[in-house]
Amino acid sequence: MAENLLQKVVAESKQPINHCYQCRKCSVGCPMIDEFDFPPNMVMRMVQLGMKDELLKSKAIWMCISCETCGTRCPNEIRIAPIMDSLRAQCIDEGVVPADPVTVALHTAFIESIKTFGRVHEATMLMSYKWKSKNFTSDLDVGLKLFLRGKIPLLPKKSKNMAKIKEIFKESGK
Amino acid sequence: MGETYSYYPGCTSHSTAIEYIEASKAVMDSLGIELKELDDWCCCGAASAHNLSSSLALGLSSFNVGEAHKAGADLVIPCAGCYGNLAQANYVMRNDEEERQRLEKQLDFTYNANVKMLSLVDLLAREELRPAIKELVKKPLKGLKVVCYYGCAIVRPAAITGVDDTENPLRIDTMMADLGAEVIDWSCKVDCCGGDLGLTDAEKTSELVNKIIDYAVAAEADCLVTSCALCEANIDIRQQRLPILYFTEMMAEAFQVGDRSRWWKKHFNDPSKLF
Repeated sequence: MAENLLQKVVAESKQPINHCYQCRKCSVGCPMIDEFDFPPNMVMRMVQLGMKDELLKSKAIWMCISCETCGTRCPNEIRIAPIMDSLRAQCIDEGVVPADPVTVALHTAFIESIKTFGRVHEATMLMSYKWKSKNFTSDLDVGLKLFLRGKIPLLPKKSKNMAKIKEIFKESGK
Repeated sequence: MGETYSYYPGCTSHSTAIEYIEASKAVMDSLGIELKELDDWCCCGAASAHNLSSSLALGLSSFNVGEAHKAGADLVIPCAGCYGNLAQANYVMRNDEEERQRLEKQLDFTYNANVKMLSLVDLLAREELRPAIKELVKKPLKGLKVVCYYGCAIVRPAAITGVDDTENPLRIDTMMADLGAEVIDWSCKVDCCGGDLGLTDAEKTSELVNKIIDYAVAAEADCLVTSCALCEANIDIRQQRLPILYFTEMMAEAFQVGDRSRWWKKHFNDPSKLF
């Protein structure tokens, strides 16, 4: 089991996870560390030890915003962002309830917009996100101000080759 | 200059980053740089595709990189997030032959090792453009104290961006000095502003934004200059202490080109009082 998780994450992220020697430089520079249940250095150790259940249910994998600060400073050149991508995908693909469903709702609404138009149409994407997250009131003032500045277009613009874009979605299983 | 590049607009070019695109085009007109929009393009997947599926992220970005390889010229990508994603896909194609062949077949293009992915900073903050830029300055930005903010995607990871100093990049600083501004050295150039969290955790995002603004204000900056559309929107919306400007808006102001008074109205913190 331990080996399965480690092998899978190494294969997907292409990162030398076994080189991590717990210097904790990643955690010192992480802007999101206060929101993590397990700090990034501990996530590395948990992947090495195959602690799959704990990782897939963790808040840490959804709080990482892929700023790449940790990977840039790692003395072993381990990029943690693609490792988090692998763990997040496993959480969704294996039907684990994500620790942060609101973030998943946003990403899902976002890629659905791309699937429909090839591009993101902010107005309909935001409505879909609000519906999925059942969070109807937050940031309405910001949305209105953006709209009044001409920054939220009413009409969507589409890519030409929608057939190819649908094929990319199909191939990725989304 | 007579240079021609392919151009990837990205979704924000029609929404939150309208003034960035208009300012950038005005500046490029002055410099004689021509952009040709890709024949077809799709969203790069932003943060959402890679959060849910790496193969979806690679597929969407590669759709656009493939179009650029078909067109055969270097691709200019103004949005930092789009740049990061497309540069990552091009990096995979350059270093993973098996993946490259799969993508070439799926997306019907032939990989061209000469085609590079360029951020707007890569394009405009080149050493060889400095004399032309200095010559175009009609109204030097004298007395204006600026801090330059690079954020994440045009800087990290270095293997993909090619940036030589990921902790203290200087390209925008050098350009602002060339425009006549007083550039202040400060601590938060490459901090993350939490832009990707803006829609899901406003409180945490405000905390990250406020740290950056605290440092900028303590450094006595009059404004913060950036090249990232998501950072600009995020930092401008979540505080009322400092105007946030795109580096190409600063160029346009110094060159005295473009519809600047209209761009200033698109900001949340009015920059017009600076000029």
